[in-house]
Amino acid sequence: MNWAGLYTVLSGVNRHSTAIGRIWLSVIFIFRIMVLVVAAESVWGDEKSAFTCNTQQPGCNSVCYDHFFPISHIRLWALQLILVTTPALLVAMHVAYQQHQEKKLLVLTGHADPKHMEEVKKHKMRIAGSLWWTYVFSVVFRLLFEAVFMYIFYMLYPGYQMVRLVKCEAYPCPNTVDCFISRPTEKTIFTVFMLVTSSICIVLNMAELVYLVVRACVRRGQHNSNPSSGKSSFYGHKLSSEYKQNEINQLLTDQDSSLKDMLRRNPGLQEKGDRCSAC
Amino acid sequence: MDWGALHTILGGVNKHSTSIGKIWLTVLFIFRIMILVVAAEKVWGDEQDDFICNTLQPGCKNVCYDHFFPISHIRLWALQLIFVSTPALLVAMHVAYRRHEKKRQFRKGDEKCEFKDVEEIRRQRFHIEGTLWWTYTSSIFFRLVFEAVFMYAFYFMYDGFQMPRLMKCNAWPCPNTVDCFVSRPTEKTVFTIFMIAVSSICILLNVAELCYLLTKFFLRKSRKAGNSKHHPNHENKEETKQNEMNELISDTCQNTVIGFSS
Repeated sequence: MNWAGLYTVLSGVNRHSTAIGRIWLSVIFIFRIMVLVVAAESVWGDEKSAFTCNTQQPGCNSVCYDHFFPISHIRLWALQLILVTTPALLVAMHVAYQQHQEKKLLVLTGHADPKHMEEVKKHKMRIAGSLWWTYVFSVVFRLLFEAVFMYIFYMLYPGYQMVRLVKCEAYPCPNTVDCFISRPTEKTIFTVFMLVTSSICIVLNMAELVYLVVRACVRRGQHNSNPSSGKSSFYGHKLSSEYKQNEINQLLTDQDSSLKDMLRRNPGLQEKGDRCSAC
Repeated sequence: MDWGALHTILGGVNKHSTSIGKIWLTVLFIFRIMILVVAAEKVWGDEQDDFICNTLQPGCKNVCYDHFFPISHIRLWALQLIFVSTPALLVAMHVAYRRHEKKRQFRKGDEKCEFKDVEEIRRQRFHIEGTLWWTYTSSIFFRLVFEAVFMYAFYFMYDGFQMPRLMKCNAWPCPNTVDCFVSRPTEKTVFTIFMIAVSSICILLNVAELCYLLTKFFLRKSRKAGNSKHHPNHENKEETKQNEMNELISDTCQNTVIGFSS
């Protein structure tokens, strides 16, 4: 399991994201994870071996390094990227759950042939109903994690700049000792770069949140002014006779409310459907 | 997530590029990314460990190295390659958006849609015209800008692309002026010149592609201007073949039509 594995897992989520969500995912993978793996890791590679203190006292080097770098930038970024990308898995799980429900419904209505099952897997879920809430929560968590890590960075490494020289007086160093950091300028450049991309990601997440909220309000406004819309069934057109229609209605009333919910608001299925009076 | 993943992402863009664009992508992957990974990274691998200063003063080596190499060549090239290859994703996103629109048209049962099934839409190659032309041209423009910016950054930081053997350093805590020796300067100079040369070739290819697109655009426009002299009532809303065919069909019922080839 490495970054490539994470990429595989998250590419699946891409399909059910908004356009802004996809841009966010591209920025994360290309400008953050890739830069981390390809460039930043080699800059911090020798951070301990090339950290030199002006003393011959054994142990002073290690103690001073540990004092000034409680956790390395690279590890912090890795944690940040993992935590920031995982809320998207909430969405993936919810989509998988909905697909499972749709397949169950197909089986119940007697349409469990491979073609329909494939179609369930392939079609894009619209971000509406409970999926909307899950999606919004995932975006909020992303924002939260980004902000928390930016703050942690600022607390641990004030000003985001890497200095050349640090003065250390931790035991066993005799008095105050000058310690020199390796590649401070390069590290500052990459810290600033990662900070900028993190800010861009925060902006993208906020834009996505605003977009989702506005879309939901607009949809609600349309629904209020046109209450007869949104009540159609994907499966209606498959069942030409009234008898079969009634059968479905009965099945639907027997199921739990989440299924009804799903049919009501899944308009990707509406395009092919006749109106279903039970919905 | 590494260069291989970037190759996978950008390989898809290849289908919708011009021939020059395809050549550019090949040059990028083989002569720049591959050389970087396979050769250059090893040359710069021991750049700090083998950077030796003629002093026993602790910290002097670190400070002098940082002073002369604010950012290593390898990292600059990696950033340059990432930035230069990402505008192609704009094109990929635009193509994906068009495909999505066509699928929607197809699902709605639009008669204008000429595809038999969804698979055909997925396989279709889009011609670079209309808004896609603008996206494509902007992506080439951005590529050029990034290449130029990074070439300038290189020149600005490393004064003439050559790696000297000896550098004289007097940053604190070095006592007075200290001689510092760079590891593998000649090999580094060779690779730097190679990467600069390939970067220039890529710039030339991008400029050529831009000229080609502009020429195609103006030719198409002049052809249309020539056609519209024979069709004074005709209004071009899209620049596609489909539109020309629709025009033929609708014009048979109206004024005299002069046939045109497309």
